[in-house]
Amino acid sequence: MEQEKRAVRCIVCPLSCLGEVTIEKGEITIIKNMTCRRGELYAREEVVAPRRMLTTTVRIIGGELPLLPVVSEGVLPKDKVLACARHLADIVVHAPIKEGDVVCRDILGLGVNIVASRSMAGADIE
Amino acid sequence: MPMRKKADVVIIGGGIVGTAVARELARFKLDITLVEQHPDLSMGTTKANSAILHAGFDAAVGTLKAKLNVRGNELYRAWQEELGLDIKLIGSLVVATDEEGLLVLEQLHERGRQNGVPGLVLLSREAVLEREPHLTPATLGALFAPTGGIMDPFGVTLAFAENAVRNGVEVLTECKVEQVEVSDDEVVGVHTSQGFIEARYIINAAGVHADDISRSANDHSFAIHPRKGEYMLLDKSVGNFVRSVIFPTPSKVSKGIVIAPTVHHNTFVGPNALAIDDKEDLSTTAEGLAAIVAGAKSLVPGVPLNAAITQFAGLRAVADGDDFVIRPATGVRGLIHAAGIQSPGLTAAPAIAEMVVDILRSEGLSLHAKIDFCPENPARALFRDQEAPEKQKLIAENPLYGRVICRCEMVTEGDILDAIHRPCGARTLDGVKRRTRAGMGRCQGGFCGPRVTSILSRELKIPIPAVRKDTAGSFLFFDKIRGTHEVKDHE
Amino acid sequence: MNEKHYDVVVIGGGPAGLAAALSASEQGAARVLVIERDRELGGILQQCIHNGFGLHRFDTELTGPGYAERYIKMVKATPSIDVLLDTMVVDLMPDKTVLAINSVEGLQKITCPAIVLAMGCRERTRGAIRIPGTRPAGVLTAGAAQRMVNMEGYIPGKKVVILGSGDIGLIMARRMTLEGAKVLAVFEIMPHSSGLTRNVVQCLEDFNIPLHLSHTVTAIHGRERITGLTYAAVDENLRPLPGTEKYLACDCLLLSVGLIPENELSREIGLNMDALTGGPVVNQERETSLPGFFAAGNVVHVHDLVDFVSEEGDIAGRFAAHLAQGQTNVGAQEFSVTPGHGVRTVVPQKIKIDVKDPGTAKLYLRVAEPQRKITLSVSSGGMTLLEKRFPVAKPGEMIVLELDASQLEKVVGDVIVEIKR
Repeated sequence: MEQEKRAVRCIVCPLSCLGEVTIEKGEITIIKNMTCRRGELYAREEVVAPRRMLTTTVRIIGGELPLLPVVSEGVLPKDKVLACARHLADIVVHAPIKEGDVVCRDILGLGVNIVASRSMAGADIE
Repeated sequence: MPMRKKADVVIIGGGIVGTAVARELARFKLDITLVEQHPDLSMGTTKANSAILHAGFDAAVGTLKAKLNVRGNELYRAWQEELGLDIKLIGSLVVATDEEGLLVLEQLHERGRQNGVPGLVLLSREAVLEREPHLTPATLGALFAPTGGIMDPFGVTLAFAENAVRNGVEVLTECKVEQVEVSDDEVVGVHTSQGFIEARYIINAAGVHADDISRSANDHSFAIHPRKGEYMLLDKSVGNFVRSVIFPTPSKVSKGIVIAPTVHHNTFVGPNALAIDDKEDLSTTAEGLAAIVAGAKSLVPGVPLNAAITQFAGLRAVADGDDFVIRPATGVRGLIHAAGIQSPGLTAAPAIAEMVVDILRSEGLSLHAKIDFCPENPARALFRDQEAPEKQKLIAENPLYGRVICRCEMVTEGDILDAIHRPCGARTLDGVKRRTRAGMGRCQGGFCGPRVTSILSRELKIPIPAVRKDTAGSFLFFDKIRGTHEVKDHE
Repeated sequence: MNEKHYDVVVIGGGPAGLAAALSASEQGAARVLVIERDRELGGILQQCIHNGFGLHRFDTELTGPGYAERYIKMVKATPSIDVLLDTMVVDLMPDKTVLAINSVEGLQKITCPAIVLAMGCRERTRGAIRIPGTRPAGVLTAGAAQRMVNMEGYIPGKKVVILGSGDIGLIMARRMTLEGAKVLAVFEIMPHSSGLTRNVVQCLEDFNIPLHLSHTVTAIHGRERITGLTYAAVDENLRPLPGTEKYLACDCLLLSVGLIPENELSREIGLNMDALTGGPVVNQERETSLPGFFAAGNVVHVHDLVDFVSEEGDIAGRFAAHLAQGQTNVGAQEFSVTPGHGVRTVVPQKIKIDVKDPGTAKLYLRVAEPQRKITLSVSSGGMTLLEKRFPVAKPGEMIVLELDASQLEKVVGDVIVEIKR
C-alpha cells in the first residue's frame, strides 16, 4: 500500500501547529498533530488543493506612478500563482484607475479576476 | 564634446595629484587634457584615505615626502582661499602610551623641526588629557602639531578639476590609457579607450597603476606595491569624540591606526596596512576591521563602535624606496612621473604640482602665463550650509532647492542638479554622494538612493538601468523580466 | 517666511499619522496639519503591495495600498485636516515650532500647541552590521528594493540572496520570485525566523526557497556588481564558526536586518528615549517626556501589524487634540512600566492614572525569546493586576494586554510586565 506522509505547518493561528497528513491511494486517511478543527481543515486544503492570494504590480501608462499594485479577487491554485504573476508582468493599463477596477479578467481561465489594489489618478491631475 | 586629438600635455589620472597638476598647468597657454579611466574623478587612492592634512614631522628628513609635505601644507593656505577648499586645521596629536613612545615623540619633534614644520610642541600628560579627555589613561604625553588638520579629498580634487576646466583644461572620464606611444625614445602620445591623443609631454599620475603606465613606455625603473588600508566611519551623532587627529606613535610600516574627526563631523578609525598583490582589491576583512577597532580602542577606549555607518578600504601606491617618484622617466623623453604618492600625498599635492611644472619647464616645455587665468572657483554653497534668508532666495530662484532628497544629510534636489550639471559633474550615484553627501548619512542611501537614481536618469537622459553606482560596470538596477522569461538555475 | 498656525501638527503621513490626524479631528481639533515628505500619503504602506493588512481593524485582509487608501479617503473627506505633501520637516523646537520645507512655499514655520511624531522607521544598513568585503552595486536593504520593484518598476538583480528572515525579507523573497528572479537562499542569524509563520510558508516554502537558520553572510564579493558572497554557520553567540564558510554566487543581496525608529527629530528636542525600543518614552496617551509632543507608530516601537499602528495613532491624535483644546489632567499620577523577566520591550513605558477616572490602558509588548505555554503577568507594588496565558509567544509577534479601570485603580507603584516563572 502506497503511503505518503506530508508535514503541514498551520498558519491559521499563532500556535503554528506542525501537522502530519497521511495520504493513501490519493486520499487523505490520517491528519495528526493539529490542535483544532480549523487546523485540520487547513491541512486538508493544503494537501488536496492549496490556494493562495496573488499580489503583484502591472505597468500603468499616464499614472502618477509607473506601476499599479494589483490583487487577486480570491485565491488561486498555489501551483498557478507564479504563472499568473508572469502573465501579469506583460499587462499594461491606462490611468485613471479606481481601486477594484478589473485589470485582468478570469486570469489564465482560473475563474479569478485581478483588480487594482488602489486608485491611481492620471499624472497631469493634481 | 569632441575630444582633443592633440594636446601639449596629457595628464594620466584624475586623483588629487593629477587634478592639482592640471590646475597649475592651466595657468599657462597650453592645451591640456586630463584622462581618467573611471566615470568620475578621485576614484583611486584619493577616494579612500584618512583625509588628513599632515603637518610633516613624520617623513624622513631629506625625502621628497618631507619636503613636499611641508610645502604642500603651506600652499594649501593660499589655495584654500582661492578655491574654497574644505580644510580644517584642527591640529594633530601623536600620543605616546609608554616610555618608548615618549622617545619616539622626541625623535618626531626633532625630525619635524628639521623638516621645517612650524609650531611643534611636546605636551605633558595633563595637557593632552585636557585637550582630549577621551584618550586612554595610559597616555604619557603627545606631540602636538598645529598645522595638522583634516580635509575633504573629493571636494578638494573636484575643486582643482573645476578650476582647471574653468581655465581651459579638458577632463575626460571613462578614458583609460592603454599604452604610451614612444618613438625614438620620445613620447608621441597615448592610446586611450577613446582614441589616440598626440602629446609630447605626459604626466604619469596614475596611482597604483603608475608602474603599468611607465612600463608601457618601456621605463621599468620602479614598481608599485599596493598596500591596503581599511577604515571604519562612525555616525555624526557620536559627535566630536576627539578634537584633533589622533595618531599612535608610528611604526616602520605605517603611521598607525588613527582616530580623527572628518570635515563633515563624522569620526573615522583606521587604517591598518596590508601589502597585497591585486591592484583591484578594495575589500574590507573581518580581521582588518578587528585590527582597526583594537587600534582605535587602545587610543580611545570608549570609542562607540556600534555607531559605525560604513567601512571601506583604500590602496596606498607605494613605490620601491618608499618615497615619492617625481622625476622625468628613465630612458624616455617627455614622460614625467608623479608616482608612488602614498601618505602624505593629499597634503603634498599642491607642492607636487609645483614640482611637476618645474620639471616640465626644465624638460623644454615653454610655459607662457595666461593673462586671464582665473585662480578662483565660483562660490558654490550647498543648501544646508546656508542661512534661512539665503535658503528662501535659493528656493525662489529654483524651487527644486525646496525638495529635500536626502533627509540624513539635508540634501535638496537643487543641490543634486548642481552636482550633476557643473563642470566635472556627477554621473554616478556615488558621484552625487561625494559632491553632496547624499547617501553618506545614517541610512546610507536607503531613502535617497532610489530618488537620486531617478534624478540621474532624468538629468543624464539615460534609462534607469544605465545608472551606475560608481565604476563603469556597476549598474544598479535592471529592467523587469518580461512575462515569459523565468530565470532558471543554470542561467 | 511663511507662518502658519494649527491646533495639531502630525509629522508623517503614513498609517500612524493618518490615524492620528483623523482622531484629532474627531476629538474636536479645529485645524490639523499632516506633513508628509513623499509625493503622496500612505507612508510605507504604498510599497507593501502584499495583503494581510487590516484584519483586526477592518475585518478584512487588505493590501498595504488598499489600507492606505481607506485612510486617505477619510482624511481627504475631513475639511479640518490640511495636508502638505513633498514637504520635509527640517527642524523641530521644544516650543513646538516646526520648520518645514517644500518646493512650492520654500521654508515655512508652523506653530501649534500639540505635535504628533509619526516618522516611522528606517532600515539597518550593511555598514551598521559591518559585513566585510567589497562594496559593489547590487547590495541594498530589502525595503529600498521593495520601493524600486513595487513603485518605480526595476529589479535589483536576478539571482538573489536575502539576509534576514524578518517579514520584509520573506515578503521580498516571494516578490522577487514572482518577478521572475531566482531567490537562492535566505540566511537568518538566529535559530528561528522572526517573521510570521504564514510568511515562512507562503514566501519560502511555497517556492522551495531554502531557509538557513543560524547562518550569516561573512563577506561580499564582486568589484562592480556583487558576484557572490561567503556565508557561514554561527554559534550560540551569533559569531561565525570558522571552517563552515561556503561561497554562493549571486548578483544581488537584500538585507532585512532590522528596523530602527527614525528619531532624529525626537533627539533634537531632547525627548527621553527608550534604549530598547529605540523610540521615545511615552505614556498610555502616547505623550512623550515633553508635554505637547505625542508619538505613534513605528517611531515609538517597530510594529508587525498596521492595525496596532492605527490604534496608536488614534490614541496619540485624541490626546493631542485634548491638549490643544486645553483639556489636561492635572490630577494624574505617573508610574513607570518596565519589562521584567522574559519581556524585551513594553509600550507605553509610563502610565498616568487619575484615581477619579482611571480609564483603560493597553500594554503592547514583545517577549525576548520564543516561548510556549507561558503566563504573562502585570503587577504593581507586588500585587498582580492581570495574568494571561499564551500557548505560544514569539518576539516577532507583538502581544497586547488590556488593563481596565478596576485594574488601573490598583496601581500603587511601578508596573512590571513579565513572564511568570
